[in-house]
Amino acid sequence: MFPFIFEWVWDEGHIMFFGAMWYVILILASGLGYCLIKAVKDTLAGGHGPQDHH
Amino acid sequence: MKKETEHKPGKKYGMVIDLDKCTGCGSCMAACMAENNVPCKDDESNKLSSITWIRVYRLTNRKPFPETEICYLPRPCMHCGGVGDQGHSPCVSVCPATATDYDHGTGIVSQIYTRCFGCRYCMAACPYHARYFNWWDPVWPGDLKKTLSPNVSPRMRGVVEKCSFCFHRYQLAMEKAYVEGRRDLEEGEYQTACTQACPSGAITFGDLDNPDHAVAKMKEHPNAFRLLERLQTNPKVYYISSREWVRRAGDNYLKNEPTNSKPRAAAHHG
Amino acid sequence: MDYDFIPKGHNRCSFGTFAAGMVILGVIVLWGFYAAALCWIKGLNQTNMNDSYGFALWIWADLAVIAIGGGAFFTGLLRYVIGLDELKNIINFAVIVGFCCYCSAMLILAIDIGQPLRGWFIFWHANVHSMLTEVAFCLSLYLCVLAIEYLPLILENGKIDEVPFFHNLSHTMHGAMAVFAATGAFLSCFHQGSLGGVTGVLFGRPFGYREGIFVWPWTFFLYTWSAAACGPCFTMLTCKITETITGKRLVKDNVYDLLAKISGWMIGTYIVAKIADTVYWATVTSPSMGFGLMDYYSLHPLHHGIWILILEIVVCGVVPALILISQKGRATKPLFNLAIVLAVLGVCLNRWVMVMTPMAMPVMTFDSWVTYFPSWQEIATTILPFAGGIMVVALSYRYLPVFPQEKELNSKR
Repeated sequence: MFPFIFEWVWDEGHIMFFGAMWYVILILASGLGYCLIKAVKDTLAGGHGPQDHH
Repeated sequence: MKKETEHKPGKKYGMVIDLDKCTGCGSCMAACMAENNVPCKDDESNKLSSITWIRVYRLTNRKPFPETEICYLPRPCMHCGGVGDQGHSPCVSVCPATATDYDHGTGIVSQIYTRCFGCRYCMAACPYHARYFNWWDPVWPGDLKKTLSPNVSPRMRGVVEKCSFCFHRYQLAMEKAYVEGRRDLEEGEYQTACTQACPSGAITFGDLDNPDHAVAKMKEHPNAFRLLERLQTNPKVYYISSREWVRRAGDNYLKNEPTNSKPRAAAHHG
Repeated sequence: MDYDFIPKGHNRCSFGTFAAGMVILGVIVLWGFYAAALCWIKGLNQTNMNDSYGFALWIWADLAVIAIGGGAFFTGLLRYVIGLDELKNIINFAVIVGFCCYCSAMLILAIDIGQPLRGWFIFWHANVHSMLTEVAFCLSLYLCVLAIEYLPLILENGKIDEVPFFHNLSHTMHGAMAVFAATGAFLSCFHQGSLGGVTGVLFGRPFGYREGIFVWPWTFFLYTWSAAACGPCFTMLTCKITETITGKRLVKDNVYDLLAKISGWMIGTYIVAKIADTVYWATVTSPSMGFGLMDYYSLHPLHHGIWILILEIVVCGVVPALILISQKGRATKPLFNLAIVLAVLGVCLNRWVMVMTPMAMPVMTFDSWVTYFPSWQEIATTILPFAGGIMVVALSYRYLPVFPQEKELNSKR
């Protein structure tokens, strides 16, 4: 999973597999991060209420 | 960091078992269990959950008396090399945690007990039923613990184990050879416990690629065959039998197919 | 008692009735956890699995729940990526059902391994060539995606929504849902396929082995396609059951109709591919390994013979496909219900056959067929996630605005 783990190898299979995995994790983390930061900003800006929902 | 695909030419240890000589006495099984610290349960009658790294099967020609014939067939792990001996054996390729490995230096399929987490995928993959799961904690009652070999680690509950071709004996022999300034082993320096225990000399062990070793010649015998060759597992255990029905029992054939029909394609999986 | 937590304008049963149901389900869940604890503490000797049946009831349950949970990713793909807007009326429910299915799979997998404390080795020492590794990675990541998709719905609970931050978070997450849904669909394609690959790559097991393309056996594609085809049927089936239990209409017929039509075409195309795969395997792949088709069926200890194949392909494949493709079939309620039940049964049966038969049948000519019946611990731990899933669905239905059309459909009455 990580390059520092015993018996790690750099080959096409590992690059493709873990490349895809870290890419997906990056997308999910940045998506969630964006939502959290925007929610904090909106909250600090005072936007709230059922009327502005959906 | 070793690259998986770059493997230097090494040994290819294997076995040839002469079924005409095997009497089915079970010495190989007993020797294997003692050598490799295989535990016994109180009740070993259920063979679906008892551990026998090498198991002697009883084959019959299914003919009525007086034509009935019996053959005993010892079955260790086949240490499959896969197509082209690239190490794509059924079990190694599927293990999710790299807990079983193909050693290109010896051709031996190893099992790393401390890394196996017991998913049993390798067991599902092995068509020879050569892999066993530790359903229970191993127990050696009383003084039996004193008989354990210090060279083989006992396995804990919840992991898979199997025949290692007594790999610890290879390690010990190699250590001795290194001390003596040698890099190679003589044929007799590394032999498995079952080979040495067989009273009728049915089992021969050595480097299948070394023309000086007996197995290299024996495997070329016209009556030599391997189990389930058509699956392209490329096993390292050969059998010899002068009886055609025994050789036919080594593989699956359609009704009208002749014995020794070869696989359809050389590399239909890879 | 819990009136404030119930979505405004929605009628729910009394708290007492609800609590009684929860207690019954809770007892089943506790029974399951007791059995699971036995397996964790005493080991897998608590099961009736053996060295031939290393994969058994649990692996089947895993494969089946993931297949029927496929409704979440496929409905999400149709709704957020392809843009079929009507499906917004059932997507929340699809996500909840999918979330329950995937939680079930993870729980069962956690019980099914011999050394549970080493479960993380599959990530740490990953063998990237193993189908099970791909399953573990994609399954875990997709469960995270489902949790992300479920979260904004939870935040929409009236009481939670009163907190400004949660309200804003829910709102923002709804906006970003297409990204999560697309990621979920990508992950699902791989883990659903890898589950098909689990038996498909076993070249030592002629019943399960399939040829394929690159590193993927044909079962890889068949499993993904069948999950996308039959998953929505399970979503619709559970939705119909919820409607029956609550005595309310929750989703409009046009939504069912659209999803069923897509499902019908998916099942239809899947079953054509499945027939082609079966014919090729039976006439080319398997004979090259020395097995004729009937070798797999004639001696089976369960004596179902070839009928199990006919049941899977014709009764649970061709029939529901034809019903759901035809407008008349979809419009006729009993036929529609029959079709979605058959489709769900069909995909579960496919997983059953692909897991169990390779274990049961001998490959060496002098070996014999093996039978197996699960222990009560295996049965209890398999029922546990179903009971848990019903609890999650019931709690979600009671406290969250799961069905956008519920108010409209039930005020007309």
